[in-house]
Amino acid sequence: MNKPIYSALFSAVVMLILASFLLGVDLETQGITLIPELAGDQTWLAIGLATLVVFLFQLFREQIASLIKLPSLPSIDSMLPEEGPKRTKLTRIAVALVIVGMFIWPFFASRGAIDLATLTLIYIMLGLGLNIVVGLAGLLDLGYVAFYAVGAYTYALLSLYYDVSFWVALPISGLLAALFGFLLGFPVLRLRGDYLAIVTLGFGEIIRILLNNWTELTGGPNGISRIPKPDLFGLEFSRRAKEEGNVPFHEFFGIPYDASHKVIFLYLLAVILVLITVYVIHRLTRMPIGRAWEALREDDIACRSLGLNPTVVKLTAFTMGASFAGFAGCFFAARQGFISPESFVFIESAIILAIVVLGGMGSQVGVILAAILLTVLPELAREFQEYRMLLFGLMMVFMMAWRPQGLVPMKRPHLELKTHE
Amino acid sequence: MLRVTNPMQEQFLYFVQQLLNGLTIGSTYALIAIGYTMVYGIIGMINFAHGEVYMIGTYIAFIVIAGLTYMGLESMPMIFMAALLVSMVVAATYGFSIERVAYRPLRGRTRLLALISAIGMSIFLQNFVRLFQGSRDIAIPTLISGGWTFGDASTFEASLSYMQVIIWVVTLITMAALTLFITRSKWGRACRACAQDLGMTNLLGINTNNIIALTFVVGAALAAVAGLLLGLYYGVVNPYIGFIAGLKAFTAAVLGGIGSIPGAMLGGILLGITEAMTSAYFSSEYKDVVAFSLLVLVLLFRPWGLLGKPEVEKI
Repeated sequence: MNKPIYSALFSAVVMLILASFLLGVDLETQGITLIPELAGDQTWLAIGLATLVVFLFQLFREQIASLIKLPSLPSIDSMLPEEGPKRTKLTRIAVALVIVGMFIWPFFASRGAIDLATLTLIYIMLGLGLNIVVGLAGLLDLGYVAFYAVGAYTYALLSLYYDVSFWVALPISGLLAALFGFLLGFPVLRLRGDYLAIVTLGFGEIIRILLNNWTELTGGPNGISRIPKPDLFGLEFSRRAKEEGNVPFHEFFGIPYDASHKVIFLYLLAVILVLITVYVIHRLTRMPIGRAWEALREDDIACRSLGLNPTVVKLTAFTMGASFAGFAGCFFAARQGFISPESFVFIESAIILAIVVLGGMGSQVGVILAAILLTVLPELAREFQEYRMLLFGLMMVFMMAWRPQGLVPMKRPHLELKTHE
Repeated sequence: MLRVTNPMQEQFLYFVQQLLNGLTIGSTYALIAIGYTMVYGIIGMINFAHGEVYMIGTYIAFIVIAGLTYMGLESMPMIFMAALLVSMVVAATYGFSIERVAYRPLRGRTRLLALISAIGMSIFLQNFVRLFQGSRDIAIPTLISGGWTFGDASTFEASLSYMQVIIWVVTLITMAALTLFITRSKWGRACRACAQDLGMTNLLGINTNNIIALTFVVGAALAAVAGLLLGLYYGVVNPYIGFIAGLKAFTAAVLGGIGSIPGAMLGGILLGITEAMTSAYFSSEYKDVVAFSLLVLVLLFRPWGLLGKPEVEKI
């Protein structure tokens, strides 16, 4: 009976040290001196309670463990209908219904809701793109936001200096982001995964610093404003046509001007972009290249002995992922009308990574659901906003230990040997 | 004091001044880099949360200094030593807990999981401090002021502050103590054994779990030393300093050869000098860019660093 009490005491002391300094003391600046102030009684009470809980938990750890089993999430498989022709038919009907719903819904929704939905769609696109890199190919990219920035600035700069329209800039943004991905990945992908993580982290910072300091080109911290919105075959969504020869949308159809036309149009555009992304990635995972990504993630040596070049396979995944960030960035710039380096900080990369991790690495449905959850939740609960990143960080740690396959694990066609008992 | 008027001499004096500044920053990078290199040497993992431990160390040091000054303690060495000790202990506790929560449950699993878990831990710690200590810069009154002015040119004075000397001395003592610990003590021998072959060390009856925890603890304590020194040198702290400092220290570790402790020391000092020269002769905005470019270049042409051994891939 000696051992648990020691380990419990030890844990309690560790807890007390961890909490008491950073939680229990506030630093106040008065003039040039720094005054420490003890936090309120409530905080200290909370610290004491937390210590007590840790102590008791460690003391009765075995008893607690035998009493409560950590609830395991119900497997998503058991909720879905049986495998077979019936199921594929059901899934198809469900998917079709969801898509139709996505197109009809905005005409009845409020402007704020549509705006939020558009933002969510951007995150879905980013999540799906990063999912190729992290989920499928197993490469940790911590500077994903850099490619997003490349896409956004490509459109912003092209339209600022050369008057290029959104539709021309969209493919260029994707290509340029892919090129950046290629140039960065080419040297680094030959090395081990950890190096890739830290180099991409550094790359993300470099891009941000460059955007911030190259004031002549990018406007520095002030960013670029008045980026034109996309048009629909020459129809503009403004009160008056800004360019020669263009006709405003409402005049063309002879309906009164309404600002919500533009919002709905942007939303629908985002829906189409996301649908294309989903479709392309869905097909890619079933093509030899997609299979190679996953095979390489699972076993590097086996892949090599089967004649796959690991660097080339990784590079395709990295480049492909970067290009989707480029498309998303171009759309983001067009929707916002204003971009600055502030939009492309590391936190954004972390949010996108959290989406992929929560949804289930490799799983498209999971990533979409996680993106909706992680963008809509902070909007619904304002108090949550402040604790958002704290919880995201905590979630990443616990998801990895508890359910690394994510909330909706990826299902892939596979055969299992039946063993006779 | 040296009085110079000749432009050549003036240039030289300027160079010497930058060298001294670079040496100061570099020696603190080296302290942080050791934490990366020790953990990497044993479990082959980048401890992404290490930069945050450095940041926490700075906060704890500031809290202790402010507290003792507020209570009326006048003696500067006492305050300094107390801050050093307390921040080392608290940071070590953080290092220990990070290993327990974010790494140990994932040991032996896919590397990607542990990396994501570590990133999560880093984000968590940064926001934890931001929420409870505020995101603004916290400035501390100068604890150690003064210095020697050793050169006088027409446009500037070349000087060496006492703080810089203290940074060198403390870094030197810490490094010496660490080297003694690693080479002479029983625990240090166990650390080296773990770095060579973790499985075999375990078979020989050494509790490798404890040794891994020990490397996190030692690394965190050294990061706290750097936190105190740099905190006093710059005089400000905010919750975001850990991110860039962590990246820089990692660059230093890779530059010197990750896994090698003398390499981390050398890499830190080289990086510090490179940075000081970049800000002096090129542009201070781009000093981070130069540091990261250096990282990419080293990884490209010499991934085992200056003092490391090339990694042999075992199949």
